[in-house]
Amino acid sequence: MQNKSNQGGGTVGDWINDRLPYRQFVEDQLTGYYAPKNFNFWYFFGSLALLVLVIQIVTGIFLTMSYKPSADGAFASVEYIMRDVEWGWLIRYMHSTGASMFFLVVYLHMFRGLMYGSYKKPRELLWIFGMLIYVVLMAEAFFGYLLPWGQMSYWGAQVIISLFSVLPGIGEPLAIWIRGDYLISDVTLNRFFALHVVALPLVLIGLIFFHLVALRQTGSNNPDGIEIKENKGPDGKPVDGIPFHPYYTVKDIVGVGVFLALFFAIVFFAPTFLDLFLKPANFIPADPLQTPEYVPPVWYFTPFYAILAAIPDQVGGVIAMGLAILVLFAMPWIDRHPVKSIRYRSFLYKALLMSFAFGFIVLGYLGLKPATTLYNELALRFTEFYFMFFIISWVYSEPRSRNYYYGAFAIVVALIAVIDLVRDMAGISWIALLVMIAVTAFFLLLPAHTRLNESKPVPERLTS
Amino acid sequence: MMRTIRKLSLSALVLVIAAGSGAVIADEDAVREWRPSAANNDVTNLASLQRGARYYMNYCLGCHSLEYKRYQRIADDLELPEDLALENLAFTGDELADMVKIAMPPEDAEDWFGMAAPDLTLVSRSRGPDWIYNFLHSFYIDDRTVAGTNNRMLDNAAMPHVLWSLQGLQKAHYDEEGSFVGFETVREGRMSHEEYDRTVRDIVNFLDYVGEPIQTDRKRIGFWVLAFIGVFTFLSYLLYKDYWRDVK
Ligand code: HEC
Ligand code: HEM
Repeated sequence: MQNKSNQGGGTVGDWINDRLPYRQFVEDQLTGYYAPKNFNFWYFFGSLALLVLVIQIVTGIFLTMSYKPSADGAFASVEYIMRDVEWGWLIRYMHSTGASMFFLVVYLHMFRGLMYGSYKKPRELLWIFGMLIYVVLMAEAFFGYLLPWGQMSYWGAQVIISLFSVLPGIGEPLAIWIRGDYLISDVTLNRFFALHVVALPLVLIGLIFFHLVALRQTGSNNPDGIEIKENKGPDGKPVDGIPFHPYYTVKDIVGVGVFLALFFAIVFFAPTFLDLFLKPANFIPADPLQTPEYVPPVWYFTPFYAILAAIPDQVGGVIAMGLAILVLFAMPWIDRHPVKSIRYRSFLYKALLMSFAFGFIVLGYLGLKPATTLYNELALRFTEFYFMFFIISWVYSEPRSRNYYYGAFAIVVALIAVIDLVRDMAGISWIALLVMIAVTAFFLLLPAHTRLNESKPVPERLTS
Repeated sequence: MMRTIRKLSLSALVLVIAAGSGAVIADEDAVREWRPSAANNDVTNLASLQRGARYYMNYCLGCHSLEYKRYQRIADDLELPEDLALENLAFTGDELADMVKIAMPPEDAEDWFGMAAPDLTLVSRSRGPDWIYNFLHSFYIDDRTVAGTNNRMLDNAAMPHVLWSLQGLQKAHYDEEGSFVGFETVREGRMSHEEYDRTVRDIVNFLDYVGEPIQTDRKRIGFWVLAFIGVFTFLSYLLYKDYWRDVK
């Protein structure tokens, strides 16, 4: 134990600590870092996202050892990994399952932020870094999906890149610049490979670093939405806080166990996950001459894809899709209500947020299905509701006069009506229009006449 | 030798259809209703896989390669002795370590069938076992096609009914509205319906295995991995409870 170093007393630990102050780091970041004691289920997903990141990087490195990034060799090299590389199938399934689980975990993590108002002051930057991570993660997944060079890889990339080309003027040159060619080719595959395995992982790790630094600066929010730093004991520690280590380290390990059980159940027993994680058509090598009948995106893109497809106009669709993502960045400035947690917000706000989550899932489902008249109508209406969520959140930010609610109602209904007028009149479903107006009335007229939009009192101390 | 036999057998198919099609008499009682159904194959059934491999080598390999699959791996997984495997499996002087390639040059295939037959290594993953099962059950006589037969699962399939000598030949029946009802056997094959059904299931089973050779092992290993994670999670839960005893 007492390995004396040449320059006098101390342990190996002392020797290292004199040169690398790791004890200070552990003290600052783990044992001396106080977190609220009431974290619930929803607070597992940050550490789980870190776990999935590690899984993706480690399995990714092993995949790279046998993968060949060329149009001639890519597909066969993936089959080589699945068949001839020792444990290659496991590595590949872990990576493909990990991609989907990454999004699942991140969506739940984001929804937690929405529920407990974690984006609000003082955590705006933390949220922005989260959103940047999310956007880069989408790009990372998009580049990675081309690499197996199957039919879905090829045509999926084709569809997404062609979104850029509808932009007036710069569109076509931009698409060519992304592809490096007039169509998706070996050149495209090579650059996507470089971006997927080197560039974006570096960016991602950098952003996650800043995400965590920002988190340590403000400290975590919690299910009650109460700042524990505002209530410190005589020792200067938050009364309702507990040291992150060992309390949350042992707790997060339980979360890791449950998550890994789910993760490996999929990897070993349902690696294609009902054709959602790995698509049948991607077991056919890419063929630039044969367009598949239907090219649905992977499930984690489908909510936004449904928004894109819901808008009859191509340029409009692309703009709506971009806006749907961008508007989330502005969340801290849209919802400025002083009560953070959903626990103490009004009945109407709860209903609004739950409907938003439900609508997002419905959009995700619609994006997987080939278009029909009914599905198109639904996609458009849920797209309208998606954007309405932000408007109503903004209206709910503070108490408003009765006339204010009436005005907001009139404006939203007018917007919906204009959208219906602009699109093909024959396509309008009157029932759907009436439902939309009823929903708007529910959220914007009830606050004018009932007390359903009143928040509950926020307690002084954490509840449980 | 085998190739010649197969070629002869296909030419015979064309002759039989040409001779027989005029003489087909519609007999409503003989119509068997048919609709796609599940293959219900079992990739853990070794005997079925061995039979399926043999059928595949005899009836399909003439046109369809398995270009990501090695003879060696088939021999190992299906527990075939190597020399027997070589004799049974490889007609083309291939080594055991070689991939399962076909002898027919693609240009020939395109001359004969209008297209090269696709590789089938992954067809069980792209089409699914059920689809292949129904595909092999639903060839019927159709003299408007080049092959002389058509297929319910793949309209205007360029593939001829290569198993006709086993199944026989069948004719499609439609109701007044023109929707499909079922098949009528117009020429008996060497096998009964049950035997043919089993044969098709064996082939499908083999292709299912070829599509993902690891699938049986995967599930076996997965059981132990999950058992380990279960124990790990339980212990970590006890640890968590212990640490959190004093947190109010
Ligand atoms: C005489 C050559 C030939 C033989 C022998 C042959 N096939 Fe085919 N097969 C073809 C051709 C050609 C196609 C392409 C059909 C099309 O797309 O129209 C095809 C297509 C298929 C397909 C569909 C592939 C897809 O995804 O589109 C399957 C499955 C198939 N064959 C299975 C078999 C099986 C099983 C056997 C052995 C019992 C067999 N074939 C024997 C020529 C052949
Ligand atoms: C690779 C992806 C990500 C990783 C590794 C990650 C990691 C973490 C970790 C470890 C925490 C603390 C533990 C927890 O609160 O669960 C956290 C908190 C947080 N994250 Fe993320 N995150 C990721 C993506 C995102 C995204 C996409 C958003 C939202 C746009 C986001 C927003 C937040 C917020 C607001 C908090 C504070 C929550 C609170 O205190 O209530 N994060 N993140």
